[in-house]
Amino acid sequence: MLREIRPAIVLLLALTAITGLAYPLAMTGIAGALFPVQAQGSLIEKDGKVVGSALIGQEFKDDRYFHGRPSATLAPDPNDSTKTVSAPYNAANSGGSNLGPTSKALADRLKEDVDKLKAENPNAAVPVDLVTTSASGLDPDISPEAAQFQVPRVAKARNLPEDQVRQLVTASTEGRLLGLLGEPRINVLALNLALDRMAAK
Amino acid sequence: MTVIGWFQIILYCAIVVALTKPLGWYMTRVFNGERTFLSPVLRPIEAGIYWISGVDEKREQHWLTYTVAMLLFHVGGFLIIYGLMRLQAVLPFNPAGQSAVAEDLSFNTAISFITNTNWQNYGGESTLSYLTQMVGLTHQNFLSAATGIVLAVALIRGFARASMRTVGNFWVDVTRCTLYILLPICIVFTLFLVWQGIPQTLGDYVEATTLEGAKQTIAVGPVASQVAIKMLGTNGGGFFNANAAHPFENPTALSNFVQMLSIFVLGAALTNVFGRMVGNQRQGWAILAVMGVLFVAGVAVCYWAEASGTSTLQALGLTGGNMEGKEVRFGIVASSLFAVITTAASCGAVNAMHDSFTALGGMIPLINMELGEIIVGGVGAGLYGMLLFVILAIFVAGLMVGRTPEYVGKKIEAREVKMAMLAILVLPLMILGWAAVAVVYPAAVASMANAGPHGFTEVLYAFTSAAANNGSAFAGLTGNTLFYNLTLASAMFVGRFFMIVPAMAIAGSLAAKKSIPPSTGTFPTTGGLFVGLVVGVILIMGGLTFFPALALGPIVEHLAMNAGNLF
Repeated sequence: MLREIRPAIVLLLALTAITGLAYPLAMTGIAGALFPVQAQGSLIEKDGKVVGSALIGQEFKDDRYFHGRPSATLAPDPNDSTKTVSAPYNAANSGGSNLGPTSKALADRLKEDVDKLKAENPNAAVPVDLVTTSASGLDPDISPEAAQFQVPRVAKARNLPEDQVRQLVTASTEGRLLGLLGEPRINVLALNLALDRMAAK
Repeated sequence: MTVIGWFQIILYCAIVVALTKPLGWYMTRVFNGERTFLSPVLRPIEAGIYWISGVDEKREQHWLTYTVAMLLFHVGGFLIIYGLMRLQAVLPFNPAGQSAVAEDLSFNTAISFITNTNWQNYGGESTLSYLTQMVGLTHQNFLSAATGIVLAVALIRGFARASMRTVGNFWVDVTRCTLYILLPICIVFTLFLVWQGIPQTLGDYVEATTLEGAKQTIAVGPVASQVAIKMLGTNGGGFFNANAAHPFENPTALSNFVQMLSIFVLGAALTNVFGRMVGNQRQGWAILAVMGVLFVAGVAVCYWAEASGTSTLQALGLTGGNMEGKEVRFGIVASSLFAVITTAASCGAVNAMHDSFTALGGMIPLINMELGEIIVGGVGAGLYGMLLFVILAIFVAGLMVGRTPEYVGKKIEAREVKMAMLAILVLPLMILGWAAVAVVYPAAVASMANAGPHGFTEVLYAFTSAAANNGSAFAGLTGNTLFYNLTLASAMFVGRFFMIVPAMAIAGSLAAKKSIPPSTGTFPTTGGLFVGLVVGVILIMGGLTFFPALALGPIVEHLAMNAGNLF
C-alpha cells in the first residue's frame, strides 16, 4: 500500500497541472484567436462604449423600448450585507425565482403582471413568457408573440406607424435551428438597437 | 406537447444510440491498453507521467489496493480544492477580487467535487476566483469523472476475467481515461462552445452601460473549458450560479442539444464497453435497453406535465406551458428533456429551475435520482449502479426457479448479493434519514423557500441530489448554512464511497471466480424477458423505498394544486 502514496501525490499534481492549468489556459489562447468576439462575451459597442452583450438580457422599462421578461436576480442589500434586494438583470449574480407551482407569492405576482399588461394591450392574449421569470434572470430573448404584444405601446411612444414596427419585429425573429431545434425567439437588445437605428433615419 | 417537440426527443435518442458503438469500441481499446490514433501524440505524455510518479504500468492491483489508491487520490483532490477556496484571496487569477470562502462552504464544495456531485451552495460568479474555478473545479471535474469511469471498468473486468487476483491498475486507468478520452473530446467541445458564444477569457468582468443608461456588470471568465468537462464528465457544477440556464453557459439551441448529448454519450458507451469486454455486445445492448425504457417513460411524463402548465397559469388564461424558471430559447421541450437527462445521469447541470417545475414534472428528476441514477447514469457510476441492480434481478430470477443464479458466465452467490444490497441501501439511508432530521430541526426548516408540501420537496430533493451525487437542486432552499453544508457533505460522501467500496468488493470477488459456460438452464440475459425483469426490480425497489416520501411531497402538492390550494 505504501508504494501507492507517491503516485497519489505526484500523479495527482501532474494531472492537475494538465487539466487545471494547461488545458484552460491553452483553450483561452486558442479560442481567443479563433473566436475573439465570442471569447470576450459577445460584447456590443455603440459609439465606442460597451452597451451590453448580445447574449445577456438587460432591463428595459421605457415605453419606447421592447421589454424583456421579468427577472428575479438579486444583489446584496447596500444597507445590510446579510440580506439581498431585487436587482433585475444583475449579470454578476444569475438566478431564478424558484417559486413553486403552488406558491401564493407566484400567483399574486402573475395576477398583478397580467392585469398590468391587459390594461396596456386589451386586444391580445398575454403571452406566458412576458409574465414568468426566466431561469437565469438574464434571458436575452422573448417569444415572437411577446414582441408583437408590445408593438402598439412602442409604436405609440415613438410616433411610428404600427405596421412599420411590426415589420421590424418580424424581420428580427429567429426561427428554430434547421426548423427543428429550439424555439422561435427575438433578441430584445438587438431588436431595440434596430429600433433606435430605424427611428434615427 | 407538440410533434416538433417529440421529434427533438427522438432525434436525441437516435444520436445517443448511434454514438454508443463507435465510442464503446474506442474506450475498450483505451482500457485494454491498446494503441489508438492519438497514441503518437499522447503516449510520450502518458509515459512521462508514469515515470515521474513511479508507476509501473505493467503491475496490476488487487481490488483492495485499487480502491485504496482511488481513495488516496481523492484525499489529495479534496485538499487542493479546500486549500484554493480558503486562500483564493491572496492567489493570482482573481480579477473580481473574491475573498476567501468560509470553512463550511469550502468543506461542502470540496466534498461535492471529489464525489462528482457538484452541489452548488456557492454562487460561481459571486464567490469563486478564476484560479479556483480552473485548478480547483475544472481539474476535479476531470478526475472525479475519470474515477467513475475506471471503477466501472474495474467492475467490468471482474465479470470478464476468470480466476484472477487483480482488476487493473488504478493509476494507469485514470491517466489513460483522462488523456485519451476526456481531454481530446473536451478540447474539440470547448472550441465548439466558444463558437456558439460561451466566453473563454481571463479578463475582468465587463462594465456595460445599457441602452437606458443603467450600469450592468457582466461576469465572464474561462467558462467554455469548464462547461465542456462539466457536461461530458456528468459533473454539472456551473461556472455561474444559474448553471446551464445562463446564456453564457448555454447560449443557443444547438449548444443545448450538444450539451445534452455530451451528458449521455460516455455513460451509454460504457454499456458497449461492458458487452465487448464480457465477449457479447448484446449483453451491453440489453442494459442500454433497460435504461432506455425508464428514460423514455420519464421524458414523457415530465414533458406532458410541463406543457400542461399549472392551475395558476391556466386560471389567468396563460397558455404555452409552465414557463416560470425556463428560458425562451429552450422552451418547454428542451427544458423538460434536459431535466430528465441531467438527473438520469448524475450530471446535475440545469437549464431551467427545477424548483419552479410543476409538481409532477419536478417529481420525475427526483425519481430518476432515487432509483440510483442508473438510467445511463453518471459516467461509470451509472453502469456500476445498474450492474448492482442486475445482480439483484438475477438473484430474484434464480430464487424463482431454484437455481444458483449466474450472469455472463459468473455464479452470483451470497457475497455478491450482500454487497449489492449494502450499496443499494446507502441511498435511502442518506436521503430519508437526513430529510427526516431536516424537517424537524428548526434551523433547517427555516431554509425552505416555498411553503406547504413544496418546501418538504425542496429538502427531500436536496438530500436525494446529494446522496445520488447529482448536484441539481430545488434551488430555492438556502443550502449555504452550517447545517446543510455539513449534512449534505455527509450525504455526498457516503452516497459515493459507501457504494463504491462494495461494488469494488464484488469486482474482486467476481474476478477470482471461474468462468462457467452457459448451459440450457442458464437464464438468457440478452432478451426482452431479462430487460423487463430488471426494470421491474428497479421500480419495485425504488417504489417501495421512496413512495411514502414522494406522497408527502410532489404527489400531495399536485392534488392540492388541482383543488386550488396555494401556500
